[in-house]
Amino acid sequence: MDILVDVLESNQNIQIKVNGEIDAYTAPLLKEKLLTAQETEGLNAVLDLSDVSYMDSTGLGVFVGFYKAVKANGGHMRIVGLSPRLKRLFDITGLGELMDIETAGKGEVNNETI
Amino acid sequence: MRPYDYIELRIPAKAQYIGVVRLAISGLANRVGFTYDDIEDMKIATSEAITNAVQHAYKEDESGEIVVGCALYEDKMEVMVADHGRSFNFDETKKLVGPYHENEDVLFLREGGLGLYLIETLMDEVKVHHEEGVTVFMTKYLGGEQVDQDVEPITS
Repeated sequence: MDILVDVLESNQNIQIKVNGEIDAYTAPLLKEKLLTAQETEGLNAVLDLSDVSYMDSTGLGVFVGFYKAVKANGGHMRIVGLSPRLKRLFDITGLGELMDIETAGKGEVNNETI
Repeated sequence: MRPYDYIELRIPAKAQYIGVVRLAISGLANRVGFTYDDIEDMKIATSEAITNAVQHAYKEDESGEIVVGCALYEDKMEVMVADHGRSFNFDETKKLVGPYHENEDVLFLREGGLGLYLIETLMDEVKVHHEEGVTVFMTKYLGGEQVDQDVEPITS
């Protein structure tokens, strides 16, 4: 299994948990799952990436698209559970500034090296 | 004897093989002695180059191949990704690649988004050769960038 996307939905609240690797092969499935949710007005979406072992620009692209759509419909998107590796991807692309993101293990010392 | 070990992978230009190359890159970079973070950087950079080739090199009804060449040195690793399918002469191709030019190659590669930007950020040296397809040539040095290598002494 390369990717597993679990969606927990109740009204305007949606929780999405992604497991596995996000690359050009698996991104279309993730995108498809997000597409059905993003049209909801005032959506409150939480994406849990704590079990994502690999991600590259194709994953970032999917999240940027979702972020834009959710925002346009008056909603909010939050990404939680980012490993230092994933956090770094958001930071070097400038997306970390733009989006509401949270690293895994809040309050822990970040041993990330550049 | 050449100063490096050379490993070449040839894959169909299909997205499902990107992860397979990532596994190989991970194993090879481990042999050179790269750190966890450097290996992860190389996995992303290589995936970006292959993704670009998968998405742009061939039309939908075309079946093509991508060649990934890896040169393992004592102090660095070079990864070359070529979307024109034929095996390349590593040394010859290396001579041909030059720094990319802001206005041409970048536009071509950037239509997918952040791919080339990530390659540039995560690798120490990146060159793009754009003739008979696209070849991306990337270098990662063991223990960080060594800027003084291969630099000619400045003469006035």
